[in-house]
Order: sequence, then C-alpha cells, then structure tokens
Amino acid sequence: MTARTVRTATATATAAVVLLSAAACSAPGDGDGPGGGTDTLTVGVAQEPETLSPLLGYGKEGNSKIFDGLLAHDAKMHLKPALATGLPKVSEDGRTYTFDLRKGVTFSDGKPFTAKDVVYTYETILDKKTNNASKGELDALDSVRAEGEHRVVFHLKYPYAPFAERTVLPIASQAVASKTDVNTGSYNTRPVGTGPYILTGWRKGEKLTFKANPHYWGGKPKIKRFTVAVIEDDDVRATRLRSGDLDGAILPPNLAKAYKNDSGKRTFSAKTADYRAVTLPTDNPVTGDKAVRRALDLAVDREAIVKSVLNGAGKPAYGPLPTDSRWFAKGTERPHDLARAKKILDDAGWKPGKDGIRHKDGRRASFTLWYFSGDKLRQDHALAYASDAKKAGIDIKVQAGSREVIRPKLKHDAMLMGNGFPADPDFDLYPTLHSSQIGDGWNNLAYYNDKTVDEQLDTARRSRDEKVRKAAYDKAQRALEKNPGYTFLTHIDHVYVIDDKWQGLTTQVEPHDHGIGAGPWWNVQDWQPKK
Amino acid sequence: MRLRTGGGRPGAAGPPSTPRRRGSGAVGSVNRPGIRPVGRLVGRRLLAAVPVLAAVTFGVFAVAAASPFDPVQQYAGSAGLTASQETLDQLRRNLHVDGPFWERWWDWLTSALTGDLGDSTALRQPVAQVIGERLGWSVLLCAAGFALAILAGTVLGVAAARRKGGLLDRAVTSLSYTLEAAPPFWIGLLGIWLFAVQFHLLPAGGLTDSGTDTVTAGGLLRHLALPALVLGISQLPWFLLYVRQGVGDALEEDAVRGARARGLAERTVLLGHALRSGLLPVLTLIGSRIPELITGALLVETVFSWPGIASATVEAATATDFPLLAALTTLATVAVLAGNLLADLLYGLADPRVALEEM
Repeated sequence: MTARTVRTATATATAAVVLLSAAACSAPGDGDGPGGGTDTLTVGVAQEPETLSPLLGYGKEGNSKIFDGLLAHDAKMHLKPALATGLPKVSEDGRTYTFDLRKGVTFSDGKPFTAKDVVYTYETILDKKTNNASKGELDALDSVRAEGEHRVVFHLKYPYAPFAERTVLPIASQAVASKTDVNTGSYNTRPVGTGPYILTGWRKGEKLTFKANPHYWGGKPKIKRFTVAVIEDDDVRATRLRSGDLDGAILPPNLAKAYKNDSGKRTFSAKTADYRAVTLPTDNPVTGDKAVRRALDLAVDREAIVKSVLNGAGKPAYGPLPTDSRWFAKGTERPHDLARAKKILDDAGWKPGKDGIRHKDGRRASFTLWYFSGDKLRQDHALAYASDAKKAGIDIKVQAGSREVIRPKLKHDAMLMGNGFPADPDFDLYPTLHSSQIGDGWNNLAYYNDKTVDEQLDTARRSRDEKVRKAAYDKAQRALEKNPGYTFLTHIDHVYVIDDKWQGLTTQVEPHDHGIGAGPWWNVQDWQPKK
Repeated sequence: MRLRTGGGRPGAAGPPSTPRRRGSGAVGSVNRPGIRPVGRLVGRRLLAAVPVLAAVTFGVFAVAAASPFDPVQQYAGSAGLTASQETLDQLRRNLHVDGPFWERWWDWLTSALTGDLGDSTALRQPVAQVIGERLGWSVLLCAAGFALAILAGTVLGVAAARRKGGLLDRAVTSLSYTLEAAPPFWIGLLGIWLFAVQFHLLPAGGLTDSGTDTVTAGGLLRHLALPALVLGISQLPWFLLYVRQGVGDALEEDAVRGARARGLAERTVLLGHALRSGLLPVLTLIGSRIPELITGALLVETVFSWPGIASATVEAATATDFPLLAALTTLATVAVLAGNLLADLLYGLADPRVALEEM
C-alpha cells in the first residue's frame, strides 16, 4: 500500500514536472519588460495599421512618426511648417497653393528629399489604380507640379479654404516607392521616410518597433527606441500595462480608473472631435418631421449618457463640432427638456395612443435604429437614446447589423453613426450635412437637405477670411439647431495611461480614428525625460 | 523499454516484447509495415487530397461570396465610412471582386498552380510573403503545445487509470472536464495574470521583449512558454481522458489479467501491456484534434500577440480576402489531411493487426 502511494506521488510529481517544464525555461528574470529607462517607450494600442504606406492612407492626419507632411499640427492643432519652410502662399482666387520646401532633408536611406517626392506622393494617391479609400479627401486637388527642386505648386478645382490642413499628409520617397507595386509592394511594410523615427521591425499582430532617426532635420529624438505593441483585447492590454510590460496604453475609461491614484502613472483624457449621433432620414415620414426631430433633440438626456455610457469620459454633443472648439456656435447647446419635447409633439399633432406611443394621421411614431454589431459603445448609445425617446412617446427599435446589411436601409432607417475630424469644420460638416453628399457612399446618411445649411457650408469652405468662415459656420449650426436632422449625442474622450517619467506631455484634439498618431505619444520625438 | 524489475525472473522482460517478437518473427513480413505499403498509403492519400483541396477551395470562394461581408467595405476599413461612392466603385474594379465567384476561384486556382498565390488585399502584401513570415511561428507554437498536451495527457492519464476512483483520478478527471469547458482565451488571460502579473515569471505576450527586436533562443523560450502552456492545457483534457479510458479498459483485458497472473511487476503490466494497447485510440485522436488545435492556436495567438498565422486568418475571413483565405484554408486542409495520415501510419506501426493496405 505504501509503495503504491509512493508511486502515485511519483506519478503526480512527474506530471507536475512535465506541466511546469515550459515554465522552467524562464530562468533569467533580468530582461523583464522595457526596463526603467527614459530613452525607450513601449505603448499598447488596440488597432494595427493595415499599411505603413502614405500612398494607401497611412498617417494622413499627421503624426506618422516615419514620415513628415509639408505641414504639421502643433498641440493646439494649429498648422506649422514641417517639410515646407513656411505656411503656403495662396493665390488671390484661392485655387493655387505654393509651398517652399526645406533644403538638406534626407530620407532614411540617405537620398535627398525634393519636390519630386511631393508630386509623386499626391499624384499616386489620386491615381485611379491606387487602392486608397480616403483619396476623396483630396477631391479639391486638380494638379500638383514641381518648380525646381524646392518648390511645389498645387492647383485646386475650386477655391477650398481648408486645403492646407490636408497637407499634413506624409510624403513618400519616390525613389523607393515607385519601384514597388503601390497596392501590395514592400513599401507597405518597409517604408522609407524623412520622419523622426525609422521602422526597424513590424511583426504583424504583435508590434511595430522604431528607432530614432539620427539625421532627423528636427533634431535627434531623446526617446531612442519606440515600440507600439498591438493588443486588441482591452483586458489583456490593461494586464500588460499592469505587469510593467508596457509604459503606456489606451484604455477604456472603466479600466483606466484603476490608475487614478497610482503615483507612478498619469492618466490623460484626450479631448476629441469623435462624436456619436443618430441619423434621422428625411425620407422617413416620422424622422423627416421637423417636430419629431426637435422633440428627440430635446428629449435625449446627453449628460446621463456621458455619465452612464462613457463613465464620464466625454461631453454632450450638439453638432459635429465639440463644444470647446473655437468654431462651435455658442448658445446652440440644448438642455434636456422632456416637457418641451412633449409639447412640440402635441402641437404638431402627434397624439399619444393607448400604448403611450404617439400617432399622427394614422401613422405610429416609430422607426428602426441600426448600429454596427459588436460595437458595444454604439449599442449603449442606441439603447439609451431609445429609452429617452420612449419617454416622449416615440418608439425606436434598436437593431444590430453589418455595414453591408445596414447601408441599403438607411434611406428609411436611422443609424448610430460616429465620425470626427478635428482639423477643420469643413471635414465633418460638409460630408455630413451638405445636400450634394446625400447618398454618396457613407456621406450624409440622414439625407439631410437644408438650404441655409448648404449655402453657409459653401460660403465657409470658399472663403479664407476667418471671420467670414466663423460667421457662416455659426449660421449653419443655428440652422441645424432649428432642423436637427441628426441627434448628436456625445463627444468621446480617449483615455490613456502612461508612466510618469517624461515632462511636458500633451494630447491633441483627436479624430474618430485614433491609431499610432494619437495619444500623448503623438509627438514622442519631442519628449524630454523628467529631471 | 528494457525493464529490469527487481524479480529478475527471465519472463520479466518477456511480455512487453511479445508483440514485437511476433512482429519481427516469421510472420512479421506480413504484419509489420515495410516501406512499400507506407509509400503506397501516402501515394493514395496524396491522390485523394487533390479533389478534396479543389472542393474545399471552391467551397471557400462560394461561402466567402455568399457571406454578408463586402470585400470593398472591409478593405476600405474606417476610411470606407467616409469614402465617396466613386472611390468605392473604383476600388471594386481594382480589387477584381466584381465578377462571379467561380471565375475568381478559377483565376486563383490556375495562378496558384503556377506558384503565384496572388496578393492579399487585407494585408497589402503578396500571400506567399504573409504566410512565409508567420507560418514558422504558428508551427512552433502548435508543435510545442501539442507535444505538451500529448506528453502530459499520457502521463496523467496512465496515472489516473491505474487507480480508477482514486484521489488522483478524481482530481485530474474533474479538472479535465473543467478545462474542456474553459475557452483557451480565458485560460490565456488567467495565465497572464498568474505568471506575468502575480509572479513576474514569464512575459505577457509577444515574441520578444517589448524593447527589443532580435529573437534569441532564450528569449524565444521565455515567450513561447506561456502560450504553449495555455494551448497545451486547452488540448490536454482530450488526451488525458482518452488515455485514461484506453488504459483503464486495457487493464481489464485478458492479456493484462494473464500478465498479472504470471506475476509480472505492476510497472511492466501497466506500461508494457495496458498502455500499449490503451494508446491506440489516442493515435487516432492525434489526427482528429488537429482542426481543434488550429482553432485553439488562433485564440491563443490573439491573446498573446503571437505573430503567427492566426490573426491573418481572422483578418482574411472578415475581410473576404479571397486569395489569402483560399491559401490559408488549403494550408489548414493539408494540415488536417497530414494529421490523419500520420495517425493512420502510427496506428499501422503500433498495431500489427492493422494492415496499411486496407486503409
């Protein structure tokens, strides 16, 4: 008996040894994580870029690390020169932009940067054969040509005031990129740029690693090694930040809360232009009714959504422009006012039925609201919106679906949409509200058609006089308040947690899409270690 | 398996080698598979694989075409949500996804036969490059995890079968059922929390430490340990329960009872007789677990940011990236077919009663 017990124990022990043999390989504990140095930085992000080639859309909103644009945004989102020596000279008719280029700049392969690279980059993006889905952003551009080695001239199809904002787009190396297939070639994974960092490795699904560019025209960055770990799952990312494997990460607000009182870490709540809104299609007799639109706009409790859905990390939205933007029309904020919403519906003839849902001319105040399946944030927004609408007597059926399912239904159904480009008001307002954009791809999904808004948006994109533009956007926003074809709900903060080892960290106003270029590390090349 | 048991009886080393003796004896040339039957079996399976692969790839193209995902929207990603219709239409033409799916399948097949696997639209890379960069890491992870599962499963299974209903048996069996129900994803998170956060023993993910790029043998082992352990553990219950059942049943067989009656040492009986015959169903299991292993690896790779083929598979499927999807499916099919072939070969080698010719 005892012998048997001993053998059982031996077997168990053997099993344990086998099971742990893998773990036993972990002898040295020295190379643990990125270490305590201030010259390396490892951050965790949720999404990996599909490509690193600017020709296919990488870094089009700036901060691409590997590349520079002609211009760049500073912390306050003002334009400053990068590869250009100054802001562009614009012709009287607003259709010709001339940039003088920085001399002596080289790509990381040592080849000089010239006007040819700029021309190549823009022409390749606009080429029909190039599979760049965001080429529509350069719609205004007619042609670009080099004048000598250090000057480029852009000609526009129509006067377009925000064009300079588009020139933060990264410049690719013609010498390298033109030898490869633009859609599938090696430039997508092994880019060569002029930027502060040089890509040293990209193992897809795991991480991207960069080293400082010693010949960077803006001075060699203090952070010598920059690593971007790709960790899709929020919990895993939080765990790896906790384990010391990461110096910083983007986290959902509820997971970031755990670090609020951690003295070694700082939490950044980046302000954004990233909004969520409900489209109210013009062609649906319920959502197309101005009274219903206005009632919904007043019935929704935005503060409550910010508090419950966003854990406080955000603010109410009354239009695509955030309330703290200098372009925001002061006074267009709407308070939550259920009583007034009901009164508007009563006055317009929407009378409550037996089930509490209103009717008018035999039509039930009811419509369907779609969101992308799997998008928890939009789902929560949609459900909160539907529950607020119910209190006013409007019945909203919330449904999930894929892009392919949803898009054909949007002429009659509502959708919980999201977007946000902070650089210029035109980038959000025009595609979303201008009637020329109705039904064009995913633009103007509410089929919104308002004459005043159209006129003011046209004026604002043509004029380069800031006062004229501001006045036009004010008028457009007030017209939107009177005819709210979308119910704007929230602007969402992006929350980042990072080791407190560097000084002067800031965040920009971030766009809806926030990849490597967002977060406190938007300007990692300028970081200074704490003394 | 030359055992020297304390008894020192001449028959002690006999029984375990009985089948072997039979195999290499006079009738051995019939029962013991030689090179030729193996070659013929492999040849037959290769021939059968051709229509299977053709059908599978055709099916993939058909299913992908029938899926609600639109390759253009998936390609464009978030940029697609602000793109104009003109841009989207142009993309559709450029990506060659406007024709019927059988046309696309035929184009893919003919160029694949000439060695050109095409370009992945989702990853903006040639398919051959996508696979070349990642396959090795996935194979390494799968092999380590699988080996761990088989080894630990066998050892624990035998130990459990030895005393059915004993403490060890009850412990490992209930653990196995729990593990069978636990998704690899969850085990992975648990592993990270335990080994990376609590004990600081192992890195939480990736192939190398976050700060470095160079893959060293030691570093690789450290980073491989946790994902392989998790993958192994998620596969372990199947092997463990099979071995336990097989060995348990074998212990009841006449041959074993006979061996016991002859007074053979318990160890000889267990390892020489019961395990040998109890392992036979496990060999079949090896072949049939391969699809599950690939699925498990997919989840484990995602949790641990392992730069293998998994993330590419997910991306290819959701993006209806036809060329990449077809290549990966072919690869998985080949793995399953090869696994089954391997299981059959091993079975033929282990069980002299089975003739490879009949498979």
